[in-house]
Amino acid sequence: MDNQALKRKAELLRKKLITLIYQGGTGHTGGDLSVLNLLTVLYNHTLNVNPSDPKMPDRDRFVLSKGHCAEALYTVLCDKGFIDQTELDAYGTCGAHLGGHPDNSIPGVEINTGALGHGLGVGVGMALGAKMDQKNWKTFVVMGDGEQAEGSIYEAAMAANKFHLDNLVAFIDRNGLQISGSTENVMPLESIYDRWTAFGWDVKQINGDDIDSIVAALDAIDWKGGKPHLFISKSTKGLGVGFMENVAKWHHGVPNAAQYEEALHDIDIRIANC
Amino acid sequence: MKEINKIPCRKSITSTLVELGQKDKDIVVVTSDATGSATLDDFAKTLPQQFVEVGIAEQNSVGVSAGLASTGKKVFVFGPACFYVARSLEQVKVDMAYSQMPVKIIGVSGGVAYSQLGATHHSLHDIAVLRTFPGIEVYLPCDARQSRKLCQFLVNHNKPAYVRVGRNAVPDVYDDDNFEFIPGKANTLREGNDLTLIGCGETVAHCVEAADMLAKEGIRARVLDMHTLKPFDKEAVLKAARETGAIVTAEEHSVFGGLGASVAEVTAQECPVKMRILGVPDENVIHAKPLEVFHHYGFDYEGIYKAAKEVLKG
Repeated sequence: MDNQALKRKAELLRKKLITLIYQGGTGHTGGDLSVLNLLTVLYNHTLNVNPSDPKMPDRDRFVLSKGHCAEALYTVLCDKGFIDQTELDAYGTCGAHLGGHPDNSIPGVEINTGALGHGLGVGVGMALGAKMDQKNWKTFVVMGDGEQAEGSIYEAAMAANKFHLDNLVAFIDRNGLQISGSTENVMPLESIYDRWTAFGWDVKQINGDDIDSIVAALDAIDWKGGKPHLFISKSTKGLGVGFMENVAKWHHGVPNAAQYEEALHDIDIRIANC
Repeated sequence: MKEINKIPCRKSITSTLVELGQKDKDIVVVTSDATGSATLDDFAKTLPQQFVEVGIAEQNSVGVSAGLASTGKKVFVFGPACFYVARSLEQVKVDMAYSQMPVKIIGVSGGVAYSQLGATHHSLHDIAVLRTFPGIEVYLPCDARQSRKLCQFLVNHNKPAYVRVGRNAVPDVYDDDNFEFIPGKANTLREGNDLTLIGCGETVAHCVEAADMLAKEGIRARVLDMHTLKPFDKEAVLKAARETGAIVTAEEHSVFGGLGASVAEVTAQECPVKMRILGVPDENVIHAKPLEVFHHYGFDYEGIYKAAKEVLKG
């Protein structure tokens, strides 16, 4: 899929995502929207995964460490054919299969997440397993920026460096906001670049709002460099919906009927411009 | 008490893994700077490609183990029981139990095995906590032979599990390999219908000793080795309650939520009988050697004997 098609797909999925949250009456809307471009590119450009064989042995592994952005993942997995639209339609109802955080009873989900600071350690184990078996599949982990305050992440970062896991790619969805406000007010994180470089990682900054930037970064990964890879993906919380962008309360906000219509209108303009 | 075996349970497990690991390259051992305390030197030396050292980072060791297990590795993660069911508890809950990753935690130096090192190093809450996590199994083998059989079973068992063993060698409960180990099924070590003594892990040998003391007085005590705390052998407990009418449990664990509580949950609802739950009360354990601790709180053979006499008196 070329970049133009990816851009259009991301916007169509944005509309589907907002509808999922609105109809389900729950969701981490702001972070879902900031990470959606990244998930769209990963699933439609990079990952070697197969919806008709979700457990394909040599598939690439994906871990959504910021598990609260499950709605974005469900939207992409449904679009890829891993899960049915009927599952999305049932989201938010009593006894629904899909919950507010992903679990591995869902085709395409490798590990249960939701408690922050877990995904990278699991990803290290996956990447180490591939190295032990001399397999070429890769592991991708998406973390949040507020999540960076979890100490367990740095245990995993050390281990990835020790084992030279150049088959491991981590992302930080750097939208700058968490539930209580600015990440820098809650717990200063900068310099993320220097910190991860000091941990021995190959660190790059990308523009997570820009499909071209994500594609170029993923295509340029040095898989033989002996270092794990971190992309600091600068993004906009609430991307694509004007009244949600860069507003912390949309971390876990759900639009009402009027807001839903306004959101669709904003996204329709973006689709028209693709 | 019988003479003590020379092989601690932890060593029995690691020796078994060295043997099995040479034939099965998917067996992987992960540890958090516990090579010495878990007796992993031979494994690390013999099978370095299957040995993963993550440093003093219990959270990461469980997370990494879960990731490895997801790729088909048969993962055993070793470290002090006290840290694996506290520091890394959320990883145990989410990455192992909830995600159904078949990692096996071998919690060494469990209970009060670290003796004088105090409360930071005791694990007297592990059964209670892990019983409440859906999908994880809990085992406390009682001697070296049973530890070996358990390990042989766990290698190809596709469920997450926690195993607690002590530090020092313990007396043999099983004198040879001619005994059954069926996960989730208690072993009856002494037949009797006057009352039942139930132990797990290192208290099993004390239950046997107490039963032999009682036998000298004509009291025939049934003894159950409850090596599996989860899934729990409810049938064996109900049978004991119905046939013997009185139960004493002994555990190297808090009196809250462990073996005794598991037994009482069954009997209270389906066959109420007289009971005594022997274990550590709601206090920080005294600084003492393990057997001194057992004696102080009354879950050694003497305490079990006394409790049995009391419960029979009514």
